Parts: sequence; C-alpha cells; structure tokens
Amino acid sequence: MTQWKNFTKGFLRENPVFILLLGMCPTLGVTTSAINGLGMGLATTFVLVMANLVISLVKDIIPNKVRIPCFIVIIAAFVTIVDLVMAAYFQALHEQLGIFIPLIVVNCIVLARAEAFASKNTVLTSIIDGVGMGLGFSFALTILGGLREILGSGAIFGHKFIAGDGILIFVLAPGAFIALAYLIAIVNKINKSSI
Amino acid sequence: MKKESTFLNMVLTLFGVTLIASASLGYVYELTKDPIAAAALEKKIAAIKKVVPDFTNNPLDDKEIKEVDGDEVIFYPAKNESTLVGIAIETFTNLGFGGTIKLMVGILPNGTIKDIAVLEQKETPGLGDKMQKSKSDFSMQFNGKNPANYKLKVKKDGGDVDAITAATISSRAFCDAVKRAYNEYIMTNAK
Repeated sequence: MTQWKNFTKGFLRENPVFILLLGMCPTLGVTTSAINGLGMGLATTFVLVMANLVISLVKDIIPNKVRIPCFIVIIAAFVTIVDLVMAAYFQALHEQLGIFIPLIVVNCIVLARAEAFASKNTVLTSIIDGVGMGLGFSFALTILGGLREILGSGAIFGHKFIAGDGILIFVLAPGAFIALAYLIAIVNKINKSSI
Repeated sequence: MKKESTFLNMVLTLFGVTLIASASLGYVYELTKDPIAAAALEKKIAAIKKVVPDFTNNPLDDKEIKEVDGDEVIFYPAKNESTLVGIAIETFTNLGFGGTIKLMVGILPNGTIKDIAVLEQKETPGLGDKMQKSKSDFSMQFNGKNPANYKLKVKKDGGDVDAITAATISSRAFCDAVKRAYNEYIMTNAK
C-alpha cells in the first residue's frame, strides 16, 4: 500500500464515521453545527496523530500484556493536553464542545488506530494514518454538522441565510440519526459505483 | 516484535508510561493555568460591563456572596467614582431543560433591569438556547422593566413575559433566575 493510499483511505474507503461507524458518540452529540463538527474533528485529529506517533515509537518496549493500559494512558494524556489548551485559548469552542473533549479518550477510533495500526507499523506510516483518519473524521463531522445546521437553523458556519427557524428536528438528537443515515447511504452509493 | 511479558518489565513499563504522562500533564497545566484563569475573569468582567452603566471601580473587589437555595447569588456593585450606578447580580436556576442556567442581571439603583447576559446554559440548540442575545431578542424584553410592576412569569402562567416559542421550560427557568436576583436585591435593600 502506498503512503498516498494510506493517507486517502480515511476519507471514503475507510472513513471512520461513514464506513467503520466508529466514534458515534461525539459524531451524533456535537454535530449541531458545522463549526462544532470541525472543532471536534480537529481536536480528535491532533490526539490521533500524537497517539499514533508515540505508540509506534514505544511499541517495541511495551510488553504485550500491558499494551492496552499503556495506550490508554498515552491517549488520555494527549486528550487532557487538548482540553487544557482549548480552555486557555479557544474558550468559546471549548464551552460548546464541553464534555465531549474529555470523552475523546473513550472514542474507540483513537484506540482502534493505536491497536490495529500504530502498534504494527513504522512511525511515518502511523503518522500518515493518523492524519488521514483524523481528517476523514473531521470531514465527516463537518459535513454532518453543516447539513444539520443548514436544515435545522438555516445557517452555515454561523452565517444565517434563511430568516426564521429551520426544521428544528435536525438540531435535536433524532436529526443526527436521520442525517447520518442518509449520508451513509450516499457514501455507500459512491463507494459502490467507484469499484 | 511482541515483547515477552514478565512481572518486572510490566511494572516498569507502566511506571515509566504513567510517570512521563503525568509529568508532561503537570507541565501543560502550569503553562495554561494563567490563561485559563484570565479567560474566565475576562468573561465575567465583560458580562458585568454589558449589564450595568459605565463604572470606574473593580466590581470583583466589592463582590458580596449570598447563599440562596443551596447555591450562590453574587452581587457585583458597579460604582462611578463613589456613586452606585448599578449592581450586576450573578444568579442561577436549576429549572432549565438542560440543567443549571447562570445569568448576569444588571439592576439600576431605582430597581429597573438594565440588561441581562447569559453566562452559562445547556439548553436545546435552536430552541431554549435562544435566551442568548446572539440567537434572539427574548432577553431584551426585560430591559427597562421594573419587576415591582412587571410580573416575572411567562404569559402562560399569568405573567408579562413572552416565552420563546417551543421553549416554555427554558423561558420559565430564565424568569426564575431573574426573579431570584431581584428578590435578593429587594431583600438586601430592605435591610
């Protein structure tokens, strides 16, 4: 597999949200607007890249039986760093995302990439995998958030273009499921026709 | 590639990993402690500035904390030179649809509400979160009203407040928080 393919697989072929269906909790929880989706996606990307980097570096010195606790400690450390830095410099976004930032620790996509990829591959390949997967995750969350924001509030990235209320159900929890289901159907269609 | 697990190397690895992780977290915490505190303080001062007329003192120095209903209502008196120009009251309610709501209510010396800012809310996006000024004009209707002759209840409950459409619970909670601030204000003045 070339590095380019390794990088692009996160967008469509192995998109964490649309294909692997991993990390559904933040996906459904925070995507009430495009900017929330993007912020969550980028925070997760940072954690993914750093966790993949460190885990691929230390994979040979970690005994097999304690690898999962070690991975979790490494991931949790990076998540806490993101949480603190966001609270210090991106207050507004930090308040919007709230509890979902600390919850990146238990986002299974981060542990999945660590266990299934970074612990078996070289440093460079793992970083590229982290960037690709992270951007794929951000891409999916931004699309989903954008769709819900357009339909639910008549706005995109906070810029209102339709006066009045949108279809309110799309900013509520059921709207997340409905919008995600349609997006998954579209992505499946695209993937099928491209094979 | 898989390393053999022995008791000693497992203990040592876990110790090493947690030691490095906690050391780096301590470092980042020290680094971000001041910006986080500064951001929180700035937000509070910005909220006070929004709800009372121009002041020259530091309202945070003169704050008075009052225990009400198991939580705190905090008074921030705003003074220009030495005359009181208004009081910013940090108030709360637990009746919100998404839990606690915190407001900053500005009351002028004559008892009228100057302005209200939302400090903290977890109401439903698109419905209850319209209590924020950036989302709708709901909170503006309190401006210039004196709760002595303005009933702080939604119209459905026989009051004078127009509720947010489809968010009666959030609107009721908002009124409850404002009312709590006003009651404290009256009680303090009566003393």
